[in-house]
Formats: sequence, structure tokens, C-alpha cells
Amino acid sequence: MNPDFTQDFFALFGLPRAFRIDLALLDKAYHGLQSKVHPDRHAHLPETERRLSMQWATQVNEAYRTLKNPLQRARYLLLLNGVDTEHESNTSMPAAFLMEQMEWREAVAEARAAGDHHELEKLMLRLQHQSSDIRGEIERDLDEKKNYTAAADALRRLMFIEKLEREIDEALEALES
Amino acid sequence: MALLQLSEPGQSAAPHQHRLAVGIDLGTTNSLVATVRNSIAVVLSDEHGRSLLPSIVRYKADGSIDVGSPAQGAQALDPRNTIVSAKRFMGRGLKDVAHIESMPYDFLDAEGMVRLRTVAGVKSPVEVSAEILKVLRARAEASLGGELVGAVITVPAYFDDAQRQATKDAARLAGINVLRLLNEPTAAAIAYGLDNASEGVYAVYDLGGGTFDISILKLSRGVFEVLATNGDAALGGDDFDQRVYCWILDNARIGFPSIEDTRRLLLKAREAKEMLTSHDETPINAVLGSGEQVNLTLGIDAFAEITKTLVSKTLAPTRKALRDAGLTVDDIKGVVMVGGATRMPQIQHAVGEFFKQEPLTNLDPDKVVALGAAMQANVLAGNRTFSDEWLLLDVIPLSLGLETMGGLTEKVIPRNATIPIAKAQDFTTFKDGQTAMSFHVVQGERELVADCRSLARFELRGIPPMVAGAARIRVTFQVDADGLLSVSAREMNSGVEASITVKPSYGLSDDEIAGMLSDSMQHAGDDMQARSLREQQVEAKRLIEATEAALEEDGMLLAAGERAAIDEEIAALRKRIEGSDHRAIKVGIDSLNAATQDFAARRMDKSIKRALTGHKVIELKI
Repeated sequence: MNPDFTQDFFALFGLPRAFRIDLALLDKAYHGLQSKVHPDRHAHLPETERRLSMQWATQVNEAYRTLKNPLQRARYLLLLNGVDTEHESNTSMPAAFLMEQMEWREAVAEARAAGDHHELEKLMLRLQHQSSDIRGEIERDLDEKKNYTAAADALRRLMFIEKLEREIDEALEALES
Repeated sequence: MALLQLSEPGQSAAPHQHRLAVGIDLGTTNSLVATVRNSIAVVLSDEHGRSLLPSIVRYKADGSIDVGSPAQGAQALDPRNTIVSAKRFMGRGLKDVAHIESMPYDFLDAEGMVRLRTVAGVKSPVEVSAEILKVLRARAEASLGGELVGAVITVPAYFDDAQRQATKDAARLAGINVLRLLNEPTAAAIAYGLDNASEGVYAVYDLGGGTFDISILKLSRGVFEVLATNGDAALGGDDFDQRVYCWILDNARIGFPSIEDTRRLLLKAREAKEMLTSHDETPINAVLGSGEQVNLTLGIDAFAEITKTLVSKTLAPTRKALRDAGLTVDDIKGVVMVGGATRMPQIQHAVGEFFKQEPLTNLDPDKVVALGAAMQANVLAGNRTFSDEWLLLDVIPLSLGLETMGGLTEKVIPRNATIPIAKAQDFTTFKDGQTAMSFHVVQGERELVADCRSLARFELRGIPPMVAGAARIRVTFQVDADGLLSVSAREMNSGVEASITVKPSYGLSDDEIAGMLSDSMQHAGDDMQARSLREQQVEAKRLIEATEAALEEDGMLLAAGERAAIDEEIAALRKRIEGSDHRAIKVGIDSLNAATQDFAARRMDKSIKRALTGHKVIELKI
């Protein structure tokens, strides 16, 4: 028999279903659950039980990963509200935003080619400000206005920003080694 | 089976006997075994009082095998049959092994893992490691006075799947039940953290004989959470010896050394390295087989100069680990030094400078891993006390993925993900009527499959013919708490399934292991039948004991009929234990396990609900 994983991730951790989340409480609930289900707690027991424990610990890790990361959390909340942003075909973006993205990308490529560590870090900082603004937008859309279409739009923009952040990370890593 | 031994703080679990469990540090240079005795972790010594077992195995013509000090003494006399640093070959092909030219062995490039031709036949690195583990197991059983329930065996955090699997195979060959493969820096963190009641983010810098690991851990209220790990599975103290050896060849006026002389000079190089941890210079004197003499003096500055690039090779992974953890050196509260090679002053200096603080060296860097492993083994064996309530959350060191079109890697599980973890990815057929699909599982960070480690290839057959793109094939990766991967593939429309535990291309097959196992038992005069019977009896008794404890605690979760069914199974298994057929006992065990599955799931649910009511519950506004 497989464990019943129908419970949503927020309920699993005893947290309210909202984008705004108390990370300290999430950590505490996560640790509390893992200390019950983790395979290390069941290592001395026979096979069936160890497998059940691994399935549960895997699920708790998945739930934690999803809720801890703002982008994943937003996507999951949208999914719970019937908006699937992972398999959508509508990916149209405002032209102004796309223009801005292209400028960002050029700036990153230039700094990377010039090996300009300082410039890359400056770009990263600016991006982080922007993504923080978008997260605020998502929070208002999801938790207050319940405007899921607007939240999904903001989420798509956040995905672009995170992709750029990863590129800068890789560029910085390449410069270091 | 099905029953979770759960107990709330303040309540004790069902009373049971202390189970004999040990922690084993299977090192490149030295190996150790430790246990928890009267709540204190201690390293177990041999009859001469030595705790470190040199990881050296000598195969002799008469079929006998020397392990440890006797083998160490024969290194320069019989280099071809005296295997040192076998850990470097675990799960490795010939092309992966560095400095092969200065190694005295007769290598065979067998499929997957390199083999060594010795006077006693061809040996796999897994068999060599098993010989070391057998000695440690015997030492533990003699010292503790009974059969071991199991062992925690440590592996470098940066070991990939093939190396982990090889280590587990070696333990199986040595007749050891592996409770868990534990990452070495994490083991050190347990020993260190519990000893010092530490809180905050720590770095563990672990430079052993042949491997380097860096782990960043967050310690809070008894939870050890690995945030990131990185390293180099082929960098260690041995490489420093190698540099000194090359320096000797450059500076002494001698001809090309024989394999005996190479071994002799490598030993001198190691002695010199060790001397330089407490002296400013050291003499290097040797007389070679050819009669040539080496009379040199190596100063500490020259030693630092020739090993500078090795030291900086440890700092690049350190930077990456910090970056992956999203932290800077200012966030690190302390740096724990692990591994004998961290005694070198240039290492301590470089690490201190990098982290802008004095590294911590108050626990013996040779023993701390074994001690931590022993503490974890004690918990895993079920010898839990209230003060042992700690939780370990470790990660997978290297990304896992699949080969896609054009020899590119598609990552399925990213590095530094907390384990256990499962991820699924969907694929489809690209030809009309395609009935089979092959998969290539790889591990590593590089984009090209050729630059990653190939773990396994497998094929899903029997897909019903459909138009291209209509089939939906879901590939699921599951990494368990040992960091070991299993992969399954399933066609979602028809339910056709293929599943493998990843081992073929870089490990030993189950048949090979079974063959080695029965060989070694015949050799030891062990009766396989008697052993299987004993094992099944012990297993059955433990299952009954645990089931009854669970019934006592949570019997109210069962309806009367359900309870009666379980009681019947227990009675039936009790009868089977009296018999002498180990297969019949196994059937009884499986049957009781099956009967208690629902009960186990209910107990797990109950304990999860209890975990949540332990802290303040917020009202759900759904």
C-alpha cells in the first residue's frame, strides 16, 4: 500500500494556504515531520516499513522544497486554484518587458566577456531588487485580490528574472575557477 | 513489517536489548571502527592497542591474505600484490585513476571497474575493501562480544553513485549489514556538533588520504542540515606524497626507479610530509635496490611551494559550496578540520586565510569521522535514548540526469537536493510505431554526456505501437537516504514498466557478488545454510518483537478482525522459527509484513498528526 499523499503541502505542514508564509514556522514544521518519518528513524525496522518511511520522507522534502521557494510556492498555489503555469501554451509577454529582458541579457553577456566581476555583482543586486518587487506583486494578487490571471503573469516575469540570476551565477562561477 | 517504533518525548520505547552496531571509516590510508559504549563513542583497538588499521591488503601465493600492519611492512618487498589506497579504484575505470604510471599494480581494464591481477588471482577493488572490512568486523565482534546488527559506513560526500554502490557491495561481501552510508563530513559534524552543543552554520573541510570534501551545514536544535557539498573524489594526502616523490626524482641523481624503489620512495615522501607538520625541514635518506643513494633535505617552504596548486585545488570547490549554499565566508561560524592531511601547516594556513578565522582542530582529525559514524549507528540500530534525538538531513553531491538527443544531459535531480528525493520526467516516442526506448543515466554537472559519469543504460520494451509523440513515458528517479539511485520507466497509457537499480555499467552485478560471497564462505569454512537459517531466525524474532510493541502501543487503531489476523500471523511465524527451513521462515516474515502494512501506514499517519500538534497550530483559512 502506498501512503496517501492527497493532502496539500500547506495542510501537511499545518500552515495557512497563502503566498505570504512564515519561513521559521515552515522550517519548524518540516523538522518536526522529518524527525517522525525520516528513514534514519526506521533503519532498524524491516523492509516494508523502511520503504514507507522513504516514501514519506521524499514527499515531505518535496513539499518543503515547493513551499520554501517563492516561485515554486506561487506556481503551486496557482495550481491549487486551477491555473497550471507549467503546461500552459499562453506565454505571451508585454513587449516592454521583453525589450528590457534583451537589454539585461546584453549587459550580462558584456560583463561576462569583459570578465567584470564587479559589474556582474551590480547587475545581480539590481535583479534581486526587481524580483523582490515582483514577489510583492504576486503576494497582493494571490493573497488579497485573488486575481490569479495577474499572479500568473507576474510569475512568468519572475521566471525570466530567475533565469537571468542563474546566468549571472554561472558567469561568476566561471570567473572564479 | 509495518510498525513504527515511535515514542513521544518523556515516554520510553518498548524495552529492548542493546543492539551491537558500529561506525566504520573506510579510509584511503587508514580505516577505523568505533561504537557507542555507555553513551560514549569510542574507537575500538586491536589486541596490540592500535586503533588505526592501515588500509593495505597483501595477497600471498598460498592464498592467505594479510591486512593492515603486516601488509604495510611488505609494501616495498612485494608491491605488486600489496594493494594500498584501494579506495581510489572503487567504482572507477582505468582511465579515471590518476598517477597510474607510478603504481606498481598489474591493472586489468575490466568492464566498469578496474581489476588488479595478483598472485592470488584477479581482484576487484570491492574485494580488496571487503578484506579490510572483514578485519574491522572481526575486531568489533571480538571487542563487543557478539554478532553485529549492522554498521554505518562512511563515504566521501563527493562520491558518486558508482563509488557508493561499490562501497555497499564491499560491506555485503564482508557480511556486514549496512544501516546507512553516511557522508564523512556529516559524520564529523555529528561528532563535533554534539560534543560542543553548537548552533549556526559550519563548514567541514575534510582532506583525507585520497579524497577531498567540503560541506556546509546548518546546526539548529539537534538538526544537522547539509546546505551544500562539493569536493574532489581524487585529491588527498596521497597527492602530496606524489609531489614530494617527484621532487625527490628531480633532485636526487638517480636512474628511473624500479617498482620496489618507487614504493620505497613514496614511503619516504610520506614520512617527510608527516615530519614537516612539526619541523621546519626534514632529511630524506634512502638506499635503492640499485645501490644508488638518496640524501636530500626538504624544507617547509619548498614543500609548500611544490604543493601550492594542490592546496588551491581545494579552495575552488569550497567557493562553489558556499555559492550553492547562498552564503559568504562571513556567515560561517566555525570551520571543522577533518582528515589526517589537514595537519599540514600550509593547509591550516590556507583554510584560515580563506575563512578569515582559525580552523577548529580540537577533535582528532583521524578519528572524528568514525566517532560520528558510531553515534549515528547507535541511533539507527534502535538504541535510542532521549538525548539522542537528532536529525540528519543530507544532500546528493552531483546532479543526476538522462542523455537526450545530441549527447546532451537533461538534469532530472539537481546537486545539493535534500535526500531522499524522487523526480519524474516525461518523454515520448519520436517515430511512428516505435515499441522500445532506451535510456542512459548519467551523473555530473557538465552539459555533454561524454563529460559526465555514465551510471547505467536500460531499455523500456513492449510499448504498444502508436503514432510518434502519442506515447507518454514517465521516467522516475528515486534517490534513497544512502544517496543511491534507482530508476524506473513506465509507459503511462499501457502501463508497460521497466525498472532498475542503477549499477550495471560501473558496479558489480548481483551474480558476481553472490559468487564472491560463496567463494569467501567456502574459504572461511562457513556453512551458508546454517548462516541463512540463523539470519532468518533473528530477523523473524525482531519482527515479532517490534510488532508486539506496536500492537501494545497502537492496538486501538485496529478493528477486532484486523487484530486477530495479525495475531494469527505472529503465531504462525513463531511456529516456523522452530523449524530448520530458512525459506519457510522467510515466507512467514513476508506474510506478517504484508498483514501489518495497513497498520503501519495508520501508525505513520498518527505520528505525523502528532508532530503537527506538537507546535502551535495555525487556523487554516481555506
